[in-house]
Amino acid sequence: MRRLFCFLALTVAVLLGGCGKPDFSDAEKKTIASLALNTLPALKPDTTNRFADVPAAAALGSTLFFDAGMSRDGTVSCSTCHKIDRQFQDDLPQAVGVGRTNRRTMPLAGVARDPWFFWDGRRDSLWAQALTPLENPLEQAGNRTAYAHYMKARFSERYERIFGPLPDFSGIPLNASPLGSNAEKAAWNAMSGAQRDAVNSVYANIGKAIAAFERSIEPAPTRFDRFALDLATGAEPKGDAAFSREEILGLKLFIGKANCVTCHNGPRFTDNGFHNTGVPPVADLPPDRGRVDAVAQVEADPFNCFGAYRDGEASACGELRFMVKDAPELVRAYKTPSLRGAATRPPYMHAGQFSSLDEVVAHYAKAAPSVEGTSEIHPLELSDRERAALVAFLKTLTE
Amino acid sequence: MLGKQAFLRHSVFPQAGGMRSTRQNVVRRRGTGLASLWRYLLAGLGLAALLVGVLAAVYLTAPHSAQPVGPDISRTKKTDNGLYVASFVPERGVVRQGELESWVLTLKTKTGASVERAAIAISGGMPQHNHGLPTSPQATDYLGEGRYRIEGLKFTMSGLWQLRFAISSGAGSDTVLFNVVL
Repeated sequence: MRRLFCFLALTVAVLLGGCGKPDFSDAEKKTIASLALNTLPALKPDTTNRFADVPAAAALGSTLFFDAGMSRDGTVSCSTCHKIDRQFQDDLPQAVGVGRTNRRTMPLAGVARDPWFFWDGRRDSLWAQALTPLENPLEQAGNRTAYAHYMKARFSERYERIFGPLPDFSGIPLNASPLGSNAEKAAWNAMSGAQRDAVNSVYANIGKAIAAFERSIEPAPTRFDRFALDLATGAEPKGDAAFSREEILGLKLFIGKANCVTCHNGPRFTDNGFHNTGVPPVADLPPDRGRVDAVAQVEADPFNCFGAYRDGEASACGELRFMVKDAPELVRAYKTPSLRGAATRPPYMHAGQFSSLDEVVAHYAKAAPSVEGTSEIHPLELSDRERAALVAFLKTLTE
Repeated sequence: MLGKQAFLRHSVFPQAGGMRSTRQNVVRRRGTGLASLWRYLLAGLGLAALLVGVLAAVYLTAPHSAQPVGPDISRTKKTDNGLYVASFVPERGVVRQGELESWVLTLKTKTGASVERAAIAISGGMPQHNHGLPTSPQATDYLGEGRYRIEGLKFTMSGLWQLRFAISSGAGSDTVLFNVVL
């Protein structure tokens, strides 16, 4: 009798021992491999910005990125919200520049790989994006001719070494912009076409220099990447590359039942698309309809890919050329953010609606309908253990 | 087999120490109803274990072909009213997720003649996710021999995509739906 028990106990032990090892199907292994950072391709050249990979341009861009002089009152730079020691974001629900904006600051790792910029994709290149906060009255709040004058006053030597001679500034008003105050708009309209073009060229080059710098900001390998690499090569994960049972369950849910990987796919955990996932609006902010209102803005932007300040061929403008302009699913659709590093940068969503990953997972499990438009997500049956496992997995996407 | 041996070796007879003593016990107790019962029980357990082993082996080695029937993913098909034969293939031969791609739509009549000067409208989406295409693909070029370049396709997610073409030419108007699974 005792031997029988011995035998049964051994059998059970062997079976349970087998469960402790990560046990993934071939399809799961393939998906996991597709998420690992080693599958991230080399950064493609940006032919719309011929200075994108010019080191002197990146160096000037870096100076401008951290220069608070690049604002109306000399207190705000790109780095005010894109903080270098905080994944280039600011931990606030809504960014605060000269005033409080209505959107969460996006982190910058891998930003040069995005086809669209901002939560709603209202700009179509990294250099066109960099120009937008400069003139936004709630962010850097400057104006176009003031930035051009500033470049001449502070950086003329560096500027001209990269971009060639600065234009003749005689007769160009100190403060003028097509987007500014009424006085600034009037001053802009009083300028000649050639003057406006000259100022726009300097302004575009500011964006191109900042973009050249931002191209160097890339995601770093995480625990998940080390785990995925070991899984792919069949090596025994060692040290922090070994996942706990909870993390393995979370990973399985992420790529399986919870459907997260449908949108959070590829090595950056994003499909670069726009989706309505029923994220609720913030009560005291102005109405925000997401992608549907960004279409007209990117089309009207003089610095878009079809505009006069693009370098290279128009064949690079596929995203803008084939953009969806009018579809019901654009209403309250926002960009799928990368999940790399997300665990250490709450709050979440386009206006910081959720303060923890637990709240994010609860939102996706509940899948409440959208206040406007139709949410793409469906309710999920997730136990408390499964929710905790998903959060545990998301934490492996940090260094 | 393993199961049977294991059960024999670890006999449930209180006195049993191994194979030999089991046999001795069985011989000694032949004729008693109790011994027979144990013997049959043991044999039954052994056979059951054998059966489980065989089934497990068959299940583990069989190819996983018992998947449910998926959508029709053929790249060539008749249009809905049979006016044309359409084929739809990626221009570079492979589908890459998340990148703008060109595909080629080839249109022939029932008799195999190339369809020229066709007007083509494209729509589609992911039926399981309540959304349309993430881009607005267009027929941008006629390549000859009934071949049209469809530019601006982008498959951003894995799953079932549907692409619907409304085709209009001298031969009449018709529609066709292609499924693409990523």
